[in-house]
Amino acid sequence: MLRLEPRVEPSRTMAYLSPLLALVLTVLMGAALFLALGKDPVRGLDMFLVEPLASWRALGELSIKATPLILVALGLSVAFRSNVWNIGAEGQFILGSVFATRVALMATPSSTPSLFVLALLAGVAGGMLWGGIVAWLRDRFSANEILVSLMLVYVAEALLSYLVSGPWKDPHGYNFPQTATFLDAARVPPLVAGSRANVGLPLALVLAGLGWVFVNRTYAGYKLEVGGLAPLAARYAGFSSRSALWTAFLVSGGLAGLAGALEVTGPDGQLTTHVPLGYGFAAIIVAFVGRLSPLGVIFSAVLMSMFYIGGEMSQSRLGLPKSLTGVFQGLLLFALLTCDTLIGYRLRFSRERSLGASRLPSALAARTAAASREG
Amino acid sequence: MTPAMLRLELVDISKQYPGVRANDGVCLRVEPGRIHAVLGENGAGKSTLMKIVYGVTQPDSGEIRWEGRPVRIAGPEHARALGIAMVFQHFSLFETLTVAENVWLGLDRERSLATVRERIARVAADYGLDLDPERPVHALSVGERQRVEILRALLTRPSLLILDEPTSVLTPQAVDKLFVTLRALAASGCSILYISHKLDEIRTLCDGCTVLRAGRVAGELDPRAATNAELSRLMIGAEPPALARRAQPVGDVALKLAGFSAPSADPHGTPLRDVDLTVRAGEIVGIAGVSGNGQRELFAALSGETLAGASGSITLLGQDITRASPRRRRALGLRLVPEDRLGRATVTTLSLAHNTLLTRTEVVRRTGLFDRPRLHALTQKLLVHFQVKARGSRATAKSLSGGNLQKFIMGREIDAAPRVLVVAQPTWGVDVGASVQIRSELLRLRDAGSALVVISEELDELFEICDCLVVMAAGRVSPRVPIAEAEARKLGEWMSGLWPDAPRDGAASPGAPHAPA
Repeated sequence: MLRLEPRVEPSRTMAYLSPLLALVLTVLMGAALFLALGKDPVRGLDMFLVEPLASWRALGELSIKATPLILVALGLSVAFRSNVWNIGAEGQFILGSVFATRVALMATPSSTPSLFVLALLAGVAGGMLWGGIVAWLRDRFSANEILVSLMLVYVAEALLSYLVSGPWKDPHGYNFPQTATFLDAARVPPLVAGSRANVGLPLALVLAGLGWVFVNRTYAGYKLEVGGLAPLAARYAGFSSRSALWTAFLVSGGLAGLAGALEVTGPDGQLTTHVPLGYGFAAIIVAFVGRLSPLGVIFSAVLMSMFYIGGEMSQSRLGLPKSLTGVFQGLLLFALLTCDTLIGYRLRFSRERSLGASRLPSALAARTAAASREG
Repeated sequence: MTPAMLRLELVDISKQYPGVRANDGVCLRVEPGRIHAVLGENGAGKSTLMKIVYGVTQPDSGEIRWEGRPVRIAGPEHARALGIAMVFQHFSLFETLTVAENVWLGLDRERSLATVRERIARVAADYGLDLDPERPVHALSVGERQRVEILRALLTRPSLLILDEPTSVLTPQAVDKLFVTLRALAASGCSILYISHKLDEIRTLCDGCTVLRAGRVAGELDPRAATNAELSRLMIGAEPPALARRAQPVGDVALKLAGFSAPSADPHGTPLRDVDLTVRAGEIVGIAGVSGNGQRELFAALSGETLAGASGSITLLGQDITRASPRRRRALGLRLVPEDRLGRATVTTLSLAHNTLLTRTEVVRRTGLFDRPRLHALTQKLLVHFQVKARGSRATAKSLSGGNLQKFIMGREIDAAPRVLVVAQPTWGVDVGASVQIRSELLRLRDAGSALVVISEELDELFEICDCLVVMAAGRVSPRVPIAEAEARKLGEWMSGLWPDAPRDGAASPGAPHAPA
């Protein structure tokens, strides 16, 4: 008989091993899925797990998807740790791309080649503004931050669509809802000439490193965490819940805004209604799969990006629906949550047979006795 | 007596947890209608044994016999079906539900909430447990929550009632009343397992006693024929060290509340009304009273966690701190230990080192980073100095027993050499050894010239360490009584708000329903 036994202390080994175990389980379930669909499981898994890493070109593509996920999930993990539920990173991402576009459109052929830095900063400001609105409404009127942040996503989408089909529409764009293509000065430089990967990737990695230091080594990060884990302890210690709220929204909003700015000034090169791809929502899963750890989100963002690319390839090559991406992401999350049980519990194989069968009649008898006593 | 007549018999029960043998060949016999004590220090295995009886955990070996027949108690539901009820030391109540709804949850579903409410009122009256069934649990004090638990157990009409440290939050009068209740319950045939570390109570109430030490039975005796010294020798292997108390001249006024009034942050709480209190350096002032009479609000006013709507003044070492933040107060030398150890004085899932950081900010560098080696060294020092049994500074707060966690919290605050220390329920649910240690630390701090305020519902404790006492009732504070003139009976009356020249106006106000009868 297999049973779960609580551990005295959560296992550190399992905390690290659980994501790996979850990945193995995802692979096994994925293989079974391909078999059931009548496809070669090796070829299918190859598309999800090997090909996205197989060439420089593929890695460049991967980095373009992983960078915004890392940035947004990084901010969200700081917010979620302090028990602040920012569900509207998608809206902050859009505002970041809008603000960055405003700066990018000011570029002239004689602009300094570092104008993109200004565009990125404007993006951060846009995301912080959008997040700050939520924090203000929560602080001033005790509005529910989950609902407000989520609803502001739709406001942001409407704003974006107004701008690209109205004031900012490219006059030479055949009436498509898009801005003019940005000049080179307003675009983030590629990491290596000719590659699609850009300096956004090292920026995201450095910020993740700084995020780790903030969360694990600074007093400010500690205060946020205490506020999230035990609000009463935070009050006792004198940590302000208002400042935690503002910090969480400004940090997560700013990072989502940066991701949005990188998206328009990087691979897209213009603002269109297709800029928001749902990274703001996917990053919620990334943050949790990465255990709300700034370094963990790097790995989970890479994994999620592989599933995006794998889904696209299995659509074009195997004729499978693109929703396979979602299936894989879901399987991973599911397997991870399952494996996390092992952090708090250990599996025990015991020879002792279940006494259920022999126990039941006596329990029933006792219950009857109790009932008659009561009556 | 033949074994067949026993209500409950435990034979050779053993339970191994990773790293500790919680029970080792424990035998226990409870006769029908008897009150049997289980005495032992924290960590002696009392709780594990009771969890086994209540079906929460299963023993590794040994046998449980219920009314003569061997049983395997599969779970609490099974235990309740057998007629076993338990009042846990740690409450399992839903904070957002009312008293009646909480009680209802544990009962058969076919009863309506209205009948449950009615039964609560009746049983509460029968047993002198003063409770309003309509109040939400989050608005109740620790003492009131315990009453809900006792009530809940009594409603199931058990034939064995297990009580885990039930009197720690009652006034002397209420304890007497509870004992009358328990004796009546026993006389009606219900057996009672009474878990406690209070020797006097066990000697007054119980007719049998099993003493546990380090998971084994250290002795079985009739407590009525034993002395405190004998019992404590069995329990801790030695007599408890006597507290060294000496008189000393008191110094200047350290903490002063003048005409202080404040609303309660909680709609069902007790507002503070016109509180005057003076505490001088080098003295311990005890605040006695039944929980729910404004102690929480007084603590909140002193900690600075809630500042809204206060009038009057609080002065700390000559500085007005009425509007000062908790951190400012701490910086000025005022430190506090709240009654909730888990979730307030500590963050349960964080390590002890990170819990040290909660109030000890001296390890934070100018850069905003904290000095980890220094933090761990400081934590380690606290563990050694205050004899906290823990796996080290990385152990989580929740992995410590209640007594050890309290030693850690007290150590964290005392080690910071506070000029004024306010402690709520310093030894609530803490075993004898740790209690003695905590009290002697408090006395040492007083001798070093600090001013102390101890809010406690245990009068014995207050008598043991305080230089003078005040009583809280209905949000007011009584005049000071020097300890030499204090007397338990009189204080019990004062707990109902009946001290000389107490204002009569608010005695019947709705904010003050908790006076013991």
